[in-house]
Amino acid sequence: MEQRSNRADYWRANLKVLFGCLAVWFLVSYVFGILLVDTLNQIHLGGYPLGFWFAQQGSIFTFVVLIFFYAWRMNAIDKKFGVAED
Amino acid sequence: MELQTLIYLVVGATFLLYFVLAIVARAGTTSEFYVAGKGINPVLNGMATAADWMSAASFISMAGLIAFNGYSASAYLMGWTGGYVLLAMLLAPYLRKFGKFTVPEFIGDRFYSNTARVIAVIALLVISLTYVIGQMKGVGVAFSRFLETSVEVGLFAGMGIVFVYAVLGGMKGITYTQIAQYVIMIFAYTVPAIFISLQLTGHFLPQTGTGATLTDGSNQYLLQKLDLVLVDLGFAEYTGTPDLMNTFLLTLALMIGTAGLPHVLVRFFTVPRVRDARKSAGWTLLFIAILYTTAPAVGAMAMWNTLKTVQDTDQIGSPEGNLLYAERPEWMKSWETTGLLSWEDKNGDGRIQYYNDANEDFAALAEDEYGWKGSELTVDRDIMVLANPEIADLPNWVIALIAAGGIAAALSTAAGLLLAISSAISHDLLKGVFMPNISEKNELMAGRIAMTVAIIVAGYLGLNPPGFAAQVVALAFGLAASSLFPALMMGIFSKRMNKQGAIAGMLAGLSITLLYIFWYKGWFFIPGTNMLPDNAENWLFGINPTSFGAIGAAINFIVAILVAKMTTPPPHEIQELVEDVRVPRAS
Repeated sequence: MEQRSNRADYWRANLKVLFGCLAVWFLVSYVFGILLVDTLNQIHLGGYPLGFWFAQQGSIFTFVVLIFFYAWRMNAIDKKFGVAED
Repeated sequence: MELQTLIYLVVGATFLLYFVLAIVARAGTTSEFYVAGKGINPVLNGMATAADWMSAASFISMAGLIAFNGYSASAYLMGWTGGYVLLAMLLAPYLRKFGKFTVPEFIGDRFYSNTARVIAVIALLVISLTYVIGQMKGVGVAFSRFLETSVEVGLFAGMGIVFVYAVLGGMKGITYTQIAQYVIMIFAYTVPAIFISLQLTGHFLPQTGTGATLTDGSNQYLLQKLDLVLVDLGFAEYTGTPDLMNTFLLTLALMIGTAGLPHVLVRFFTVPRVRDARKSAGWTLLFIAILYTTAPAVGAMAMWNTLKTVQDTDQIGSPEGNLLYAERPEWMKSWETTGLLSWEDKNGDGRIQYYNDANEDFAALAEDEYGWKGSELTVDRDIMVLANPEIADLPNWVIALIAAGGIAAALSTAAGLLLAISSAISHDLLKGVFMPNISEKNELMAGRIAMTVAIIVAGYLGLNPPGFAAQVVALAFGLAASSLFPALMMGIFSKRMNKQGAIAGMLAGLSITLLYIFWYKGWFFIPGTNMLPDNAENWLFGINPTSFGAIGAAINFIVAILVAKMTTPPPHEIQELVEDVRVPRAS
């Protein structure tokens, strides 16, 4: 029984990290790159209008960082709950 | 050295490398044939997956797509990369923990149903076959352009090469060749981009060069200047943002589709552990991002180079502003011979006019005030990558490298798709459903035969494309999004999801997506059989058929959840299986 509740806690911890990451994923692409693109384009990053930059550069960089962050957090959670692989 | 000889040498050397790798890493067991014995280092798997994923279209066509569509092409950039976030967090680690050989196998086991498995196989075959046709054609085209053979000869050569290394090497051989192909591809793509960025903006990194000021003395930003000149020539602003709803939906459809593509998913079965699968997805996207963040730079800079070659941007409308055809640069001459670039002197002034004559107001103004009688230059979008080394005056070996890179991009994706097709047939259909007692040796043989047949079918379809080349990508992504992704995700994230729900969901998502695409593109893409004209006024709620995969996925989820609610929960051992897949350590 103990192992079962441990598993449930582990899964909840996983979902928490997951939702956090997906919130950022949605923000940089759909919100900054598409929904708010015209507003953000008023601001400039060098020659890049900011919304355009998120759509063609910034979102992609963020995605890469997100996946590595997720892998790092999950490995720590695996260890904490004692379910890491050998 | 003569350019043609150099190209033969470089391309020939890469082929030799692929053969050697395939012989050294040939598959001896079904595990090696399907999943490379699950022993691939996660960083190397990231490289192989990046090559697997980036097709001839990514390498050759994407920059051109961006060049001509500006902001609107962002859906492809975000969609094709953002899908990896979904794949890394929602699918890859769990499928790796499941630890078998194919994607339909997971669906069959999780939904305790051979029917579900067969539906997944059918979806996989349609997705992968439509995709592989384009790759085979890409090999043929790359050969014919660079090696001066006919498209047919190029296609046969490509078939032969894939046959040798994919049939012999299986997943193990394919993995090591894909790693080599990634290196060739990325080098060929970035070197010309760096030089062009240095020439135009003085920036070493094309990614920052695109946001920098031009070094031509105008002191204007590249993107700002591009916006201004395009508008002066009747085009839309490069950074302008029309139709945000379809950009949103297309991005979503491409993301969900990417995460559901079986030939990409199966690459994450090849790493040793769950944590390697998580990390490997990060490396994959990093390797892809190197090309995908360079592509917008190549697009913008190539567009600028093309415009300022034919048009003095300070003198739009005055006759001297347009380039005399007789004085055109060498690279234009050499690409005219390929037919990718052509000029027609509509107003008979011997000068090249390039502008948007589809814009009626501007066309009328240009005729009245400038004496222009229509845009005279036709530019194929593929030129934006292929002609880059010549535009930047780079040495011949860079041109040879682009040839090898384009062929590598097409071959690596074709091999990955062919493997997905052959394992669905030999492992899921034969071993899984029709001949459960087949010996391992015979299954391996069946896999090799299935791949050979798949190569022949793909080659035939590449030679006789069914007339819907442009639409197949929409179809492949729409189907992957509306069938496989939701079933896989619910199989992992919902313990309550049962056989009835998953089957109903996949069938509903698949059929409605197909129906919507056929409704506007014609039944089975046969021209003239469409029920309504394919334009924004007729689309349901203005949704472009290309973007419909996102809606199809939503339908799949809703139908599956409703049906599962009304039917019996999955048996106890299946719920145990889900528990087990969610936890990395073997229990």
